[in-house]
Amino acid sequence: MSTLIKCEDLTKKYGKKLALNGVNLEIEGGHIYGLLGPNGSGKTTFIKILNGLLTPTSGEITVNDMKIGPETKAIVAYLPDHTYLDLDVKAKDVILLFSDFYQDFDRDKAYEMLEKLDIDPNDRIKTMSKGTKEKVNLILVMSRKASVYVLDEPIAGVDPAAREYILNMILSNYNPEAAVIISTHLIADVENILDKVIFIKKGEIVESSSVDEIREKHHLSVDGYFREVFKC
Amino acid sequence: MPWKLDADRPIFIQLVELLQMDILSGKYKPGDKLSAVRDLAQEAAVNPNTMQKALAELERLGLVYTERTSGRFVTKDQNLIMNLKKEQASVVIKDFLDKMKKIGYDDASILEFIKETLERSKE
Repeated sequence: MSTLIKCEDLTKKYGKKLALNGVNLEIEGGHIYGLLGPNGSGKTTFIKILNGLLTPTSGEITVNDMKIGPETKAIVAYLPDHTYLDLDVKAKDVILLFSDFYQDFDRDKAYEMLEKLDIDPNDRIKTMSKGTKEKVNLILVMSRKASVYVLDEPIAGVDPAAREYILNMILSNYNPEAAVIISTHLIADVENILDKVIFIKKGEIVESSSVDEIREKHHLSVDGYFREVFKC
Repeated sequence: MPWKLDADRPIFIQLVELLQMDILSGKYKPGDKLSAVRDLAQEAAVNPNTMQKALAELERLGLVYTERTSGRFVTKDQNLIMNLKKEQASVVIKDFLDKMKKIGYDDASILEFIKETLERSKE
C-alpha cells in the first residue's frame, strides 16, 4: 500500500506551549487508523495542520507527496469536531453546496444515505437532533470519493445505537484504497473497526501499532491499554 | 448485530474461531459460498483487513477455498470438518474433566453423573 501522509519532525508551538513535538508519522492507504490521546494531547492540532487550518511551526507534512494546499484539500475529506454548517438551510441545500465545491462528491450517494437513515432532505439543519446533525455531517464527508478521510470525534455526543450505525456507515462507505483517520476518546466503541492505533501524548507519538498487536502483547483491549498508558 | 468479541484477545483469532464454529456447526454447509469480505466485516463490525486475514487463515487450514472469479466457499471435505469437530469436542471434554476433578469427582462417578443427568434431561 502506498504512503498517503508523511510527517517529518512536525512541530507546532502556541507561544511557548508545545502542541506537537517533532512528530514523525506515515499513514498508508487501505487502513483505518485510530488517533488516540487525552484532551489537549495534540490530536486536533495535528488534524488541523493536515487540513491546512493551521501551519506548522517547523517540520514537514505532505499528502500524496504534495504540500498542504488546494490540491491536498481536494483529496482529503474532513469531519471537524463541531459543525460549521449554516443551520438555517435544508439538508438538500448543503448537498448542493458540497457537490459544487468538491469534484469527488457523489450526490446520489448522499441522497441514498439520507434515505437509509430516514432523514428528510427538506428538513432544516437547525430542526435536527444532535445525533441527526452528526449523521448529516458524516454523510457529507463519506459521500466524497477521497484518498484520506479525517474524522474528528465522529461518534461523540450520539447514543450507542447511533454510534453503531455511524461506524457501520464508515465501514460501508470508505473507499478501500483510502486511509481513514478517526480521532476519538471513545476507544471501546471504535477499536474493532481500527487496524492501527496511534497514541499521542503531550504532542508526541508514544505508540503506533496494530490493534491485535496491542491485545496480544498486553492481554488488554486498546481501551484498557490506553487507560494504563495515560493513567493520571 | 455485531459479533460478540472479547475485548482482551486479538480480534483476528476470535474471527477465525467464530467462523470455524459456524462451519463445524453446519451454519455454513460444505460448498456454501461465503459473503464478500467487506460484507462479513460489516456484519461483524470489524475492520475489513482483519476479516481478510481471518479468512486467509481459514483457507490455510483448508476450511475454505477460493475460486478465482466467483469467491470463497466452504470446503466440501467432510472428513476435514469431522476431524476438526472431534478435535474441538476433545478440548471441551478435557476441560470438563479437569473441572470435575477439581471439585472432587473420580472417573467412575463422573461417568455415573453424566448418565444420570442425561436420563433426567430425557424426561
